[in-house]
Amino acid sequence: MTAVEDRPADARPPRTFEDNDHKPMGYGRMLRKEDPRFVRGRGRYVDDVNLTGMLHLAILRSPVAHARILSIDTSAAEAHPKVKAVVTGETLAGLGLAWMPTLSNDVQAVLATDKVRFQGQEVAFVVAEDRYSARDALELIDVEYDVLEPVIDVRTALRPDAPVIRTDLEGKKDNHVFDWETGDKDATEAVFASADVVVQEDIVYPRVHPAPMETCGSVADYDKVEGRLTLWTTSQAPHAHRTLYAIVAGIPEHKIRVISPDIGGGFGNKVPIYPGYVCSIVGSIVTGRPVKWMEDRSENLVSTGFARDYVMRGEIAATKDGKILAIRTNVLADHGAFNGTAAPVKYPAGFFGVFTGSYDIEAAYCSMTAVYTNKAPGGVAYACSFRITEAVYLVERMVDVLAYDLEMDPVELRLKNLLRPEQFPYTSKTGWVYDSGDYEPTLRKAMEMAGYEELRREQADKRTRGEVMGIGVAFFTEAVGAGPRKDMDILGLGMADGCELRVHPTGKAVVRLSVQSQGQGHETTFAQIVAEEIGIAPDDIDVVHGDTDNTPFGLGTYGSRSTPVSGAAAALVARKVRDKARIIASGMLEVSVADLDWEKGRFSVKGDPSKSVTIQDIAMKAHGAGDLPEGVEGGLEAQICYNPSNLTYPHGAYICVVDIDPGTAKVTVRRFIAVDDCGTRINPMIIEGQVHGGLTDGVGMALMEIIAFDEDGNCLGGSLMDYLIPTALEVPDWETGFTVTPSPHHPIGAKGVGESATVGSPPAIVNAVIDALKPYGVRHADMPLTPSRVWDAMQGNATPPI
Amino acid sequence: MQVTMTVNGEQVTSEIEGRLLLVHYLRDHLKLTGTHWGCDTSNCGTCVVWMDDEPVKSCTVLAAMAGGREVRTVEGLEQGDTLDPVQQGFIQCHGLQCGFCTPGMMMTARALLDRVPDPSEHEIREAISGQICRCTGYASIVRSIQWAADHPDGLPATETADETADEVLDDAEGTTSADAETARPDGGDMAEPETATAGSTT
Repeated sequence: MTAVEDRPADARPPRTFEDNDHKPMGYGRMLRKEDPRFVRGRGRYVDDVNLTGMLHLAILRSPVAHARILSIDTSAAEAHPKVKAVVTGETLAGLGLAWMPTLSNDVQAVLATDKVRFQGQEVAFVVAEDRYSARDALELIDVEYDVLEPVIDVRTALRPDAPVIRTDLEGKKDNHVFDWETGDKDATEAVFASADVVVQEDIVYPRVHPAPMETCGSVADYDKVEGRLTLWTTSQAPHAHRTLYAIVAGIPEHKIRVISPDIGGGFGNKVPIYPGYVCSIVGSIVTGRPVKWMEDRSENLVSTGFARDYVMRGEIAATKDGKILAIRTNVLADHGAFNGTAAPVKYPAGFFGVFTGSYDIEAAYCSMTAVYTNKAPGGVAYACSFRITEAVYLVERMVDVLAYDLEMDPVELRLKNLLRPEQFPYTSKTGWVYDSGDYEPTLRKAMEMAGYEELRREQADKRTRGEVMGIGVAFFTEAVGAGPRKDMDILGLGMADGCELRVHPTGKAVVRLSVQSQGQGHETTFAQIVAEEIGIAPDDIDVVHGDTDNTPFGLGTYGSRSTPVSGAAAALVARKVRDKARIIASGMLEVSVADLDWEKGRFSVKGDPSKSVTIQDIAMKAHGAGDLPEGVEGGLEAQICYNPSNLTYPHGAYICVVDIDPGTAKVTVRRFIAVDDCGTRINPMIIEGQVHGGLTDGVGMALMEIIAFDEDGNCLGGSLMDYLIPTALEVPDWETGFTVTPSPHHPIGAKGVGESATVGSPPAIVNAVIDALKPYGVRHADMPLTPSRVWDAMQGNATPPI
Repeated sequence: MQVTMTVNGEQVTSEIEGRLLLVHYLRDHLKLTGTHWGCDTSNCGTCVVWMDDEPVKSCTVLAAMAGGREVRTVEGLEQGDTLDPVQQGFIQCHGLQCGFCTPGMMMTARALLDRVPDPSEHEIREAISGQICRCTGYASIVRSIQWAADHPDGLPATETADETADEVLDDAEGTTSADAETARPDGGDMAEPETATAGSTT
C-alpha cells in the first residue's frame, strides 16, 4: 500500500473540517440527533416493519396508456397456493372504494373499473405469503383490453377530435381541467402595447419525478375486533392522510393510527394518497392479517406524483435601457389522467402567481389552462414550493432572453430591476405580499464569491480560442410556509400546525410536532428552536413526530413549510411554557413577575442575579410538593395551533459556471455559487445540506432528468437506467454563502430553506448553458440540456419535442 | 436449496428459493434491515454490501451466490462500542439526511479507504459514482469520507458524540476502542499503519 507515494502530483493542502458540534443552547451548528441510528443501519423505514403473520401485496398495472377493460380473469391467480386474496376494481366497487378523492377535489381510481387512463395505472392486486409469490401471481391474471387512442401531446388535448379521457365524469366532453388567471390583463396589454422592447419565448418545463431513494409503501394492520386500523406509511402528511382515510374508508378517525416512521426522502412524492396505500388497507381488511405493499422503482417512476409539465409562453415588456415594465405568460399545464395536484384549494396552479419574480414592474398577467392527458397524475412535487419552481424558471429565463436581445450583462440587467429594501413589505402585481427582502447585497455577495468580472474575462479569452464556457445567473424569491387559514386549505383542512411541549419534572422535555421529517433533521432543529426559547439543552429535548396517536393535528411537511409554520408553533409553545415558568419562578423567588429577568434557562431577580431559579428547578416545583402561585395549575406544559399570518419569502442569488465540450456537447458544471437568505438561521450545517441537495436536483433537471413518453403513451423514464439522476461525478463542490433578512411576522424570523435551491438552480444552470452557446446564436433551449439537445442547439435546432 | 454463508462474522444456514436475491435474504430472512433496496437495476447502490472484501450491489446478487462467502453489512461496521471512522465521519460532516443511501455509501467508503487510505476527491467521487443520494448533493459525503481518511483511528472514545441510550446500555459489554481497532476485519492487518501515516502527513 504505497498510495501516497504513487500519487505525488496529487499532493494537496491540509484539509480542515468545519466544526459542526458546537452544542448550542439554541441556534448554531450542532450534529444531528438522528444520525447515530442511521449510521448503524438502525433507521426504521416502512419496508423495515415486519409484523407477525404479515402478508405481501403486489399491484397489477396497465401496460397501455388508454384502454377499455373488457374482462379480468383472476381464477389462475386465486389458485396459486400462496395467494390469500385477489382484488379487482369490481370488488372495490362493491365496497364503494373503487374511486377516491384526490387532493384537488377530483377523483382517482383506486383500481380501474371501466378504463385504464395511463400506463402503470392500478388494475388489480394480489395478497400472498411473500413478496415473490405475490408478484408471481400477477402474471396469472388475465386482462383483456380494448386499446383506445391516447392523448399524449398536451398541445393536442383540447382539439375537438381528441379522445375524451374522463368518461367517468358525468357529461364530460373534453379534456379540460380548469382555466385560471391572475394579474391585470388590460393593464398589462397597455404596457406591452407602448413598450420599446418586447421579448417572447416558448419555454417548456418538462415532466420530471422526485424519485426519492425509498419508494412509496405501507403496512396496514386492521384489527377487526377493535375496528382499529394501524397504517405504517411513507407519508409527508400523516394527519391529513388519516383524516382522508376516515372519509374514504369510513373507519372512524379515532380508530385510525397513521405512523410515518423514518422516511427515505420525500420531495413531495409522499404527499398524495396513492391507490397502493388504500389497497393495503383493503388487503388487511379482507385477509384479517397485516399486509405490506412496497412499490418497486418502476412503479414509483411511472405511477406516483410527477412534477412540473408546464408549457409556457413568456413575454417581457421593457425599455431600451433595460427597465422591465411588465411580464406576461400563458401556460398549458399537463395534469395527467386525474387532477391529483397537491395545492391549496384556492390555488389550482399552486403559487405560480409569483412569476413576477424579484423585480419592480408595472403590470403582470398570467392565463393558464390545465388539461387531462393519458399520463400519471401529480404535478406539485419535487421540492417545487407549489409551482414556484416553474414560475422562477420562467421569469429568470425570460430576463436572460431580454438581456440577450438588449445585449446587456444579465447581472447588470437584474441589478437594474431588483426590488429595493424600502419597498418591503411589497405587494406584487399579482397580489402576493413579500414580507421582507434586501436583494442587492445577496446578488453582490454571489458575484464577489464567484469573482464575476474575472469569470467574464476568462470567458472572453476562451471564446477567442474556440472554448465554450458559460456563466449563468438566477435570482429568486420564494413564497413558502403555507399558509394562512383564511386563504389556504387542502380539501377543507386549514394549513395550520399544532405543537405540544411538556417539560418533565427533572427538566427534560418532549416536543410533539404535526410535521414529518423525510431527512430534514427535525429531531435536531426543533429541539434547537425549543432550546433557544426555554433554555433546555437540545440533547434534553425529545422530538416526537410522524405518529398521529402521539402528535397534534397539522398538515405536514412540504412546500418548505416545516420551519415557517411548525417551527413558529414550536417557538410559541415554548414561550407559552416559559410564561408559566415565569409565574412559578416569581413564587419561588418571592418577587413579582415584573421583577424577573430571563436569560436562557434561568429567571433571576432584577438587580440581584444571585437570586435565581433554573428551568429545571421550576419544572420540579411545577410537579412537586407545596403550593404554586394563586391560580397556577401543576405541571409545565402547553399546546398551541399556529396559524401563519402570511407566507414567508426567502430569496437567493445563484451563479453557475459551465464548460461545454465543443466536440461532444457535454455540459460540465464547473462551479456553482449559491447565496441564500432564509431569514434567521437555526442550524447552518443543516441549511447547507438542504441547499446542496437542491442544487443537485437542479443539475438533474437542467441537464439530465425527464419523464418522456412515446406517441403510444409508453413512459420512457421508467427505471433509473432511463431516468438519469446526478451522481457524485456530475456535480461540483458547492460554494455557499448567506445573507440574513429575518421575516417580520414569523416569531423567530425564520423563512424556510428546504426548496430554495431546487427552485433557484435550474435557471442558473440553463442560463449558463445558453450563455455558453451565445456564439452559436442560441437564445433559448429546453431542459434537459443533454449532450444531444445541446448539440442540436449548436446546429441551430434548439426546440426539441416534449 | 440450502445456503451457508458468514454474515458479519457469524455463520448462517438457511433454506431458500434459488431465485432469492441477497438483499431480500439479508432484509427479510436475517432481519438485517440496514441494507436497503431502491431500484432493482443496480443504479442506486442503497443495497451495497461486501462479499468477501468487495462491495457488491446485493439487489443483483442471488443469495445462493453468496454461499461460502463472507458478507458484511452496515450492521457489521461498528466494532464493539466503537463506530467505524467512516460512520463517525458521516456524523461529523453531515454526510446524511434521510439516511436511506447511507449504509451503501458507507460500505463503499470503507472499501475504498481500505484500498486507498488517502484518496483524492476525484477518487472518492468515482468510488461512490455507482450510487445515488437525493438529499446531500454529495459534497458532504465526500467530506465525510475525507474525514474518515484523516482520522483513521476515529475519535477518542470520550469524544464520540451522540451516544445513544442503546450504547450506554451496551457499555456493560466493555469493549474498548483499542480492542475494536485490532478487531477490524480485513484491512486490519496492514492498512491500519498506512492510514495512520497518510492521515498525519498530508
